[in-house]
Amino acid sequence: MNDRVHLDTDVLIIGSGAAGMSAAIAAHDLHARVLIVDKSLIGRGGATVMAQMTVAAALGDEVPDSPDAHLSDTLKAGRGLCDEILSRILCEEGPGAIRQMERWNVGWARHPDGRLRQVEAPGHDRPRCVYVDFLNTGPAVSRTLRAQVQRRAIKRIGDLAITDIVVSGGAACGAVGFSVTDGRAVAIAARAVIIATGGLTRLYARNSASLNMGGDGYALGLRAGAELIDMEFVQFFPIGHLAPRLVGMDPIMWDPFRYKLGGRLLNGEKKEFIDRYGVPEDNRYVATRDVATYAILKEVDAGRGSPAGGVYLSFEHVASGKLREAFGPVIDRLAANGIDLAKGPVEVAPIAHYHMGGLRVTPSFETSVSGLFAAGEVVGGANGANRLSGNAITEALVFGRRAGVSAAERAREGGAGSRVQDAADALALVSAGSGDAPRENFAALIVRLQRVMADRVGPFRTAKGLSAALSEIAAMKAALGSTPPLEPGRFRPERLDWFDARNMLLAAESVVSSALRREESRGAHAREDFPASSSKWARHQIVSLRDGALRIDLSSAPCEKVAAS
Amino acid sequence: MKRAVLIVRRGAPHDVASWSRFEVSYEPGESVLDGLRRIRVQDDASLAFRYSCINANACKECMILVDGEVRYACTARLEEREMRLEPLPNKPHLRDLATEIAPPDERLGRGDNG
Repeated sequence: MNDRVHLDTDVLIIGSGAAGMSAAIAAHDLHARVLIVDKSLIGRGGATVMAQMTVAAALGDEVPDSPDAHLSDTLKAGRGLCDEILSRILCEEGPGAIRQMERWNVGWARHPDGRLRQVEAPGHDRPRCVYVDFLNTGPAVSRTLRAQVQRRAIKRIGDLAITDIVVSGGAACGAVGFSVTDGRAVAIAARAVIIATGGLTRLYARNSASLNMGGDGYALGLRAGAELIDMEFVQFFPIGHLAPRLVGMDPIMWDPFRYKLGGRLLNGEKKEFIDRYGVPEDNRYVATRDVATYAILKEVDAGRGSPAGGVYLSFEHVASGKLREAFGPVIDRLAANGIDLAKGPVEVAPIAHYHMGGLRVTPSFETSVSGLFAAGEVVGGANGANRLSGNAITEALVFGRRAGVSAAERAREGGAGSRVQDAADALALVSAGSGDAPRENFAALIVRLQRVMADRVGPFRTAKGLSAALSEIAAMKAALGSTPPLEPGRFRPERLDWFDARNMLLAAESVVSSALRREESRGAHAREDFPASSSKWARHQIVSLRDGALRIDLSSAPCEKVAAS
Repeated sequence: MKRAVLIVRRGAPHDVASWSRFEVSYEPGESVLDGLRRIRVQDDASLAFRYSCINANACKECMILVDGEVRYACTARLEEREMRLEPLPNKPHLRDLATEIAPPDERLGRGDNG
């Protein structure tokens, strides 16, 4: 049962969302041997499959458009902190990626004359966002890429948790992990490694994440010696579903409703309020995510929240026929949950949704560790301090392709050689066990961390709260200890919790430490003790792990182009 | 708060079949998966079941038998009665409610060894 598995490949990709699968396709098409692995099932975990909303690209199908106009909106939303080189790659290569998906029959919604339908999302200056009906964008993107991966017979392994990147002589040369289903230790030798594990929204009590979104990639990167940037910027999606309890639907589902039908955001007194925060919505949907999140939480703080602690979202002014036309069978799924939008509002509140920070990369998507690449949400910089709606799937497709090409080229050059001893510590850890039943409930520990992050490291932050969060994280690290519980074996959730918590605590610490240092408010990072933005903080904070401790450096010049290294 | 009683099949394939009985408090509308996740945090972290997307019914990973019927744990609702939960009968059993559901060519094979 516990025999060790050795695998060998040119390019190893960790994570099978849109970024990982795009990378796999690109690397394979350059004749690299590719292995794509995921802690969950292939193409079914992560954020992509959950995305019910829209994908931004300057296609010009709806109205004339240009990548420069998309870039201008992206930089504006990023509040002066975008890495412009990465943002430009996203905007310039976005249209090609969307057309490629169309050729692979993803099924973007179309006008009768064949042009793709594009809607206007908050923060965009014109209709730019494509989608797949009904609320089906993410599943369609996932399915389409998965079909391409399968068609190429790319080797893929699900239920495989990667626990550490193996580094030899300063270069990435593989990874170590374990099989979730049978506990076997796995060592993978690779000429290049791509981290495509997505974000860290699972760190928060209320989130729109899959189970495998606990920030694995940031922790894997840090332990391998890679640098992270902008870790303090966690995006909260302002109108996550709150009440009544709704099953079988993603909590971020109200976004497409607002794109198509506007909808009114009302406080507990059933009055509109967003205009008081500087953005007159007038039954449209224009407030950016950071502004809307701020406005909603301030209303709740002032005692003007809805019964469940959010605000109301109302479509009562929209005729039922129109609701049915826009959302078809989704209206029936709502009815099964006891929701009739024509008759009453639902309650919504901000929910952790996306991470702007992440691995610092060059334009070829290589991290500061040679041979270690990154793609998708796990990359930091492209979206600055606040991501523009619709950029997440676009960056997954575009960055995934770029990282796949770079990694395949590196593999062709030979990559780093691996030595058995460089994997020894990582292999010892996945094979280790205390032998005993765990002294601590690590599932409960994860819930405790999620509460601390929600209460102290949410959209509003103070030095006092952030310092308290750091102490609590230190206490949880001590409780976790250095040895996983039990012994390796068949589907042992306690061991998976332990390895998840190990990564989650390191990712959380990097968020909190960065947030404590940034003494200003900007985009998604709102400090109640430093409410204004400061031009001297128009810089990136760079996080690294040195001798087991996090270190934070400030990028040397304001608005430095971090990708230009 | 209402209370459901979940009778859950436990153990690995070669173990003698056993059952655990958990009482779970819930708000009306909550799912069986909500209940299972609460049990892991409050009562028994060793309880094994599969899920990924939690609520969206997008991953299709949480399929189990609820009172003998194939259901998604994330859309089956908790009810104020005894509910009997078992692993899928037509998939290789791993532990408790967890089964091997990955397609054969997307698994770590027995032959994967170098």
